Amino acid sequence: MKLHEYQSKRIFAKYGLAVPQGNVATTPLEARQIAHLLGGPVVVKAQVLAGGRGKAGGVQVAQDAAAAEDAARRIIGMTIKGLTVHKVLVEQAASIGQEIYLGIVIDRAQRKPAMIVSAEGGIEIEEVARTSPDRIFRLLVDPLHGLMDYQARNLAFDLGLQRGAIRQFTAVARGLWRVFAENDATLAEINPLVITPDGQMIAVDGKITLDDNALFRHRELNESRDVQEETESQRQARQADLSYVKLDGDIGCMVNGAGLAMATMDIIDLYGGRPANFLDIGGGAKADKVAAALRIILADPNVRVILVNIFGGITRCDEVARGILDVITELPVERRLPLVVRLVGANEDEGRQVLADADVVTAASLAEAARQAVALAARQPVM
Amino acid sequence: MAILVSSETRLLVQGITGNEGSFHTRRMLDYGTQVVAGVTPGKGGEWVHGVPVFDTVREAVQTTGADTSVIYVPAAFAADTIMEAADAGIGLIVCITEGIPVLDMVRAAQFLAGTESRLIGPNCPGVITPGQAKVGIMPGHIHMPGPVGVVSRSGTLTYEVVKALTDRGLGQSTAVGIGGDPIVGTTFVDILRMFEADPATTHIVLIGEIGGSDEERAAQFIATEVSKPVTAFIAGRTAPPGQRMGHAGAIIEGGEGTARDKIAALEAAGIRVARHPAEVAEMVAERI
Repeated sequence: MKLHEYQSKRIFAKYGLAVPQGNVATTPLEARQIAHLLGGPVVVKAQVLAGGRGKAGGVQVAQDAAAAEDAARRIIGMTIKGLTVHKVLVEQAASIGQEIYLGIVIDRAQRKPAMIVSAEGGIEIEEVARTSPDRIFRLLVDPLHGLMDYQARNLAFDLGLQRGAIRQFTAVARGLWRVFAENDATLAEINPLVITPDGQMIAVDGKITLDDNALFRHRELNESRDVQEETESQRQARQADLSYVKLDGDIGCMVNGAGLAMATMDIIDLYGGRPANFLDIGGGAKADKVAAALRIILADPNVRVILVNIFGGITRCDEVARGILDVITELPVERRLPLVVRLVGANEDEGRQVLADADVVTAASLAEAARQAVALAARQPVM
Repeated sequence: MAILVSSETRLLVQGITGNEGSFHTRRMLDYGTQVVAGVTPGKGGEWVHGVPVFDTVREAVQTTGADTSVIYVPAAFAADTIMEAADAGIGLIVCITEGIPVLDMVRAAQFLAGTESRLIGPNCPGVITPGQAKVGIMPGHIHMPGPVGVVSRSGTLTYEVVKALTDRGLGQSTAVGIGGDPIVGTTFVDILRMFEADPATTHIVLIGEIGGSDEERAAQFIATEVSKPVTAFIAGRTAPPGQRMGHAGAIIEGGEGTARDKIAALEAAGIRVARHPAEVAEMVAERI
């Protein structure tokens, strides 16, 4: 789960990291009031879970409270990478001396967290990795011992920080490590970490991604989920414990298993069709979960054909078939879409039996199912 | 011969009294696997499908001589049970559990690094040597004994490929699911090394997916260290970047881990990459 900048900064502050003073506004008037209380120039920043906010005009400097209100009026309601801005963060503008990147991620190959720093702060680290990889320094953190002072010092010297800044950097690095480890993050990043002309270190922007699998032991963090950022179908998918990602094609897919779901999307593409979504019903799905999945697909207005690909194991084909039948029966005839069903594995005969009288196209193999779905989508009139 | 598990394997089931543990114990026994013990703390002395249950792995190993374990313990407790198995001297630990917190796995991986134990998974279907032993949740009947070694990061996609192989009369030496999480105990390279050394394996099938760079490292390894023919399939060509596609590991991050990059790396190493699952079997058949 990705946290907003303002949520990330609240966590940073809890761990003793300096962040600019500020608050969140949902209306232009609130933004004005916050700016007034802060006094002096402020930055008004769109709070949306997407990169490239600055380029999209979602970050604006305002010299006074009235200007902050205007900026908030322009930003709230703006769409950035398909997401509507509902909130802005209004913060004191920091004076910038030097900008540093400081982040912690999981290094899969080494099976440990890695701390990454670069003197090229303020731009995306992926960009730095492309253009000047020699400007990035990294070290692995032993999960049992945590980040050592000497490791943080080594990074400070790698960065070429002035002597007077070493101790402060070490404290910031250790603080970020605690943010990462104690909240079960998979990413904790300060970018930029600003060193002000008078030598202070301030986290001017940052983000945290929490490990979804660990949210059960961080109930307070789970409540910070921004449901406004979810579409209706994402919300339904989360509640039904389905893994769903909307794409922009017209062939809806329902599959068990993530790898097979991706392979199903790929084969649709290979035969000249366009998948409308990724949808993994997981292992052992019962009829009601299958029905919930189908309803989510049917709610996508772009979908013209649905392809169901099930390799039964823990998932039983008859349960899947029952879920499909439930949805078909409840749909009015004019809303029914061509359905291509491929069931193989556990209880496949029973599953076919359930669908014997239903208006579905059955296929014996994935390749055949994909060909059928692509052909049907091509024939189907655009709604 | 095959790799990792065989008719000699003496299997311990951790979490044997749970729904999943009990269900799959029955299936593994039916397949002919030697299931010698189960462990559920607090349920020692019970029996599940004729298999004795112990409170601790230590006691189960001492009493039954179990050398391999399979874990069906819920995610919140799974990392601890991996470490318990390693501490008791279990040589091969297969963790089926999905959804283990990443930092728990970081600690478990660190713990394992100081032991002789090998971990397969987590979040994997397990390991099967057809005709000998099934350790995991895969449907046994789609497999048949033969010369093709299969290694994969996913579950049902592996079944799809295995079924295609079997339908063409191409049996498998061993099929290994290494798991779909960001941190797994065993990588493609580890398994490729074993298949290369295994006289029962003459062909290798590698099934990868988006995320991470394990496939790229496998490609490099195959180019220099593997003499047996390898056929590959990579899922996720149509996956959008920045979105998690089901598996915690299947996400394209910062332009890294795309299917295109992985396919290019494999092809550059001289490996044939199929475009869809059934084509894997067609490609293997052409070369066998």
